[in-house]
Amino acid sequence: MTANEKAARKKKINHVITIIVLILLFLLFIAPFILVVINVFKVKADINMDPLALVGAHGFTWQNFPEAMKKMDFWNVFKNSAVITTCATILTILVSAMASFVIVRNGKWKACSILFALMIASMVIPFQVLMVPLVSVYGGIFKILNSRLTLILMHTGFSVSMATFMFHGAIKTNIPLELEEAALIDGCTRWQTFWKIVFPLLKPTIATVAIIDAMAFWNDYLLPSLVLGEKNLYTIPIATQAFYGTYSTDIGLVMAALLLAMLPILILYLFLQKYIVAGVTSGAVKG
Amino acid sequence: MERNTMSYKARQFLMFAGPALILFCMVIIIPFVYGLYLTFTSWDGVSATKPFVGLANYVSAFKDYYFWSSIGRTLIYSAFAVVFVNIVAFVLAYLVTSGVKGQNFFRAGFFIPNLIGGIVLGYVWKFVFNRAFVAVGEAITAGAVPSLLSTTGGAMFCLILVSVWQYAGYMMLIYVAGFMSVPDSLKEAAMIDGCTPGQAMRNVTIPLMRSSFVTCLFLSITRCFMVYDVNLSLTKGEPFNSSVLAAMHVYNKAFIYKDYGTGQAEALILFIVCAIIGITQVYVGKKGEVSA
Repeated sequence: MTANEKAARKKKINHVITIIVLILLFLLFIAPFILVVINVFKVKADINMDPLALVGAHGFTWQNFPEAMKKMDFWNVFKNSAVITTCATILTILVSAMASFVIVRNGKWKACSILFALMIASMVIPFQVLMVPLVSVYGGIFKILNSRLTLILMHTGFSVSMATFMFHGAIKTNIPLELEEAALIDGCTRWQTFWKIVFPLLKPTIATVAIIDAMAFWNDYLLPSLVLGEKNLYTIPIATQAFYGTYSTDIGLVMAALLLAMLPILILYLFLQKYIVAGVTSGAVKG
Repeated sequence: MERNTMSYKARQFLMFAGPALILFCMVIIIPFVYGLYLTFTSWDGVSATKPFVGLANYVSAFKDYYFWSSIGRTLIYSAFAVVFVNIVAFVLAYLVTSGVKGQNFFRAGFFIPNLIGGIVLGYVWKFVFNRAFVAVGEAITAGAVPSLLSTTGGAMFCLILVSVWQYAGYMMLIYVAGFMSVPDSLKEAAMIDGCTPGQAMRNVTIPLMRSSFVTCLFLSITRCFMVYDVNLSLTKGEPFNSSVLAAMHVYNKAFIYKDYGTGQAEALILFIVCAIIGITQVYVGKKGEVSA
């Protein structure tokens, strides 16, 4: 065997080992989900007897799903989560893109530089510092909790800084000033220039912000749990928590509820994983 | 010229930044300032009056044994979680950038835990620890085995394990970006100069990835320090309050024991501790940055 062949063989062996290690790690990573999936089709007694068996002694059953769906009020909860996530994400994008436009193009104005500095500084404040005053101002004084709209506006307010920061970078580096000057000469107002020229060019950043914020809104627990006290307004994380509190001994139902809580985003991930992975990476590296 | 007048500027600013400004002030600035005010009052959450008590809340926060023990616990938890998250993430990133088939599939796969909220993940793992681990343990020892979650040290171990599992995929993506930013030609040059692959990694790749390490450490420190969801659903602070982390303590202090003033003062102290650690880390990390 020549040295070249030896090296090629060694490389191939390395590859095979890497793939085997990766497959083992991957199985380890998704093992908790697999356990949920194999137990969701069993009756309670079978789960209690042997949670690791692929099929229970009483055989395969669907019944956990309809029951969990009914007790969790799944479609209503799903609708709440979907409405809140969609509205808050769209609002965040519109509001932040607009703000970043005036901040980038008129950076010398006092108001712009102060607002931007405050936004950057505010990004280090954790939610725990704001939750007590938030509840006491909007629950105690204005009494506007227990409303989807309040939650949507609060979600937007919390994510506006980060989104503005990301749009700020995108406008500064990617949108040539000449384009806007041309639009101005052609008779566009600033408002028209923004919506017709600048906003459409921000598409990649819009996608990144949409992915990061939508995932954060969809999964957020603490803020919605403080704002939404009424059962018919619950989002998926709150409903899951409430469900577990009531039915934790009925383990088959719990499995179904957990799977239902995970399914929507997993299905979405199946189709959009390329964009989600790219969006999260660019968001994290910039932030 | 019209464009230089004060009123033009004000109109332009409000037209574009007005909505963001209002929401930002309503949700962040006002609560932050109002929160500072609350720390000087003893408010129970119900009464209309908020009696002014000066620094009493800070004094009771500093005397609150459970607060400081929860911070101590958070420090221990964060130290382990941050170290292991970054080790696992770095190894995963190395494996999925080594050029094997299907590496995009694995990248997407390791990221899955990040898609799902902490509450749901906590309950999934609760099932795994309470049922699956116990079943395995009983099969091996042929006797009754207590769940890890019901022992004092075990609950903390579970929290760390779940956090590592949850965040490793996310940090992996940042390390992957770091690996890809180091040009192959540099590694090849080092190998031609006689480096082993291990030496090339240690002396070329890792120093050039320093900014990835700074980012990942910052993100994992701040996330671990403020963790709440998983803590709530996985252990709920039990057994015997031995796994109450700082964020949960602050929540309970304010919303369960209705001691809003002290709770808010403790939240501020927690924020300052976290900010000092995070900023020091970034400062130290950035100082030694090198470029190719």
